[in-house]
Amino acid sequence: MIKENENLERIAKEIMRPVGLSKNFILWMSFLGVILAASLVAYAIQLQNGLTVTGMRDYVSWGMYIANFVFFVATSLVGMLITSVLGLTGISWIKPIGRIAEIIAVAFAAVAGLVIVSDMGRPDRLINVFMYGRIQSPIIWDVTVVITYLTLSTLLYFLPLIPDLAIAKTRMDHCPVWLQKLYEILSVKWGHTTEQYKIMLKSVRILMVVIVPTAFAIHTVTSWLFASTLRVGWDSTIFGPYFLTGAFVAGSAAVVIAMYVFRSSYKLEKYITAFHFDKMGKLLVLTMLVYLYFNINEYLVPAYKMKAADAKHLHELFVGSHAFLFWSVQLCGLIIPIILLIFKPFRKPVPMLILSIVILIGAWFKRLIIVVPTMEEPFLPKQHVPHEFMVYTPTVIESMITIGTIVMAIMIISILSKLFPVIPIWEMAEEAENESEHKLNE
Amino acid sequence: MRYAMAIDTKKCVGCSDCVVACQAENNVPIGFCRDWVVEVTDGTYPELELENRSERCNHCENSPCVRCCPTGASHYAEGGIVLVTEDKCIGCSACITSCPYDARYVHPKGYVDKCTFCVQRLKNGLKPACVSVCPTKCMYFGDLEDPNSDVSKVLKTRKHKTLIPEAGTKPHLYFLI
Repeated sequence: MIKENENLERIAKEIMRPVGLSKNFILWMSFLGVILAASLVAYAIQLQNGLTVTGMRDYVSWGMYIANFVFFVATSLVGMLITSVLGLTGISWIKPIGRIAEIIAVAFAAVAGLVIVSDMGRPDRLINVFMYGRIQSPIIWDVTVVITYLTLSTLLYFLPLIPDLAIAKTRMDHCPVWLQKLYEILSVKWGHTTEQYKIMLKSVRILMVVIVPTAFAIHTVTSWLFASTLRVGWDSTIFGPYFLTGAFVAGSAAVVIAMYVFRSSYKLEKYITAFHFDKMGKLLVLTMLVYLYFNINEYLVPAYKMKAADAKHLHELFVGSHAFLFWSVQLCGLIIPIILLIFKPFRKPVPMLILSIVILIGAWFKRLIIVVPTMEEPFLPKQHVPHEFMVYTPTVIESMITIGTIVMAIMIISILSKLFPVIPIWEMAEEAENESEHKLNE
Repeated sequence: MRYAMAIDTKKCVGCSDCVVACQAENNVPIGFCRDWVVEVTDGTYPELELENRSERCNHCENSPCVRCCPTGASHYAEGGIVLVTEDKCIGCSACITSCPYDARYVHPKGYVDKCTFCVQRLKNGLKPACVSVCPTKCMYFGDLEDPNSDVSKVLKTRKHKTLIPEAGTKPHLYFLI
């Protein structure tokens, strides 16, 4: 129950202060808009000329787009990890950052659906997926779970936001009128009654439970797109958990970056403290250790046996043409951050930001190193084909479209965090209330 | 009915006439092909062995490509031929990644294309274009269930193999060795 008192007044004022359209925000959005427009032009060229404008040819028919898709799905999983897994186990430090994780989940899951369309040869026939969908196809499983996960994440973002909208709507004189009206509509006559809170908290709890298997499904099924084929490097039984644990690493890094940006640009140092970065650092170490374990499984076991086809593939990865990228990703994206983050000074906000950026970039290239080398290693000999068939090199158009999808995700995150309170006001007020009661009792 | 093809690696000279015939018959876009010829060498000098193979879709009985197609564009037609319905295909490439033989490619128009055993010719009682032009007559085509077809007869008398049998796809492209 929320009581109108000075605690609530202070917290609501501090959290609502950055909400609204500032000059910097409009500048930032225009900057992103220009990049997005350029990538839309690139996409128009691809629509006009087909996938021949990409670097994908006969052998490599899944390239940067699919790697990017896996990255997006992966990053979106953090919503489930933080709000559900940690939330349900009663860990209280996630309260101020739970909504940030949910924003990332919504943005990345929404754009993931678009990324997959960019890889389609005939996007105009997307409707066929729903008209003639065959339940036997992993593609259909993926479409189903991505839509389900996006819906659940949006609900999980929106439901706990309703009390905040009701609190905020009387405190937003500095905001444009349309935003005040939007708050009025979205706050659905919330009156802070005990019953309303009961219903909301119960629904959130149900969603938190339901989203766990959905999130597991979304990324396991994404890994099955690969694992259900016969190709070397993909034909693996641990692909599900391997992808899932990798997803937590990428997502946690994304949350840390968002925490840092919101904290400094929205002046929320009081709510997102060094303590939270320290905790997220520990979470990153944990997820990265689990991911490292699966990496060792994934590469050491086939490397021990060196079956003919595997041997060729692993040779390319370990010492061949992909060795530089492979080892950079393993070292900079995984091993070095693990070692550094074990030490407390590296879990301070600024080093955490730098390490998280490195981890996130590593996570993107990790997906590329999973997708491309395998496609370059078919079972049968490659002969009498042009050089661009043998080796995959992404084109400018392809890279532009990929950058555009990343920009789109950043835009969604910016809009959601700028137009709505990024930290749950009512939960913070509740916590402050409990604390002051605690002090009184002492 | 079960269509199959047998290719005599001892007779093949690797001239790629089959590739050209296919491209002409099926209007395959420039830079792509539905069949192709490889020369696989084995052993060390001077004990060398060379195998010429004209490869194409294996029209598998347990096709991973048909299994993973999201829209049912990839399907089995009469005689076990694996076909792609052009206007149902969304171009997701799932079939391409699932095919161990790399028999498929994305057509510049966005859909996936592959060998059809020249169904349009079969309907008129003709053999596939590649078989009909082979200068050394090293290709045999016909119905496996008919004991008097070319392919059944030659498979009965000659030693033969299939490619990547360990993939479990039950291919129907046989190589006489």
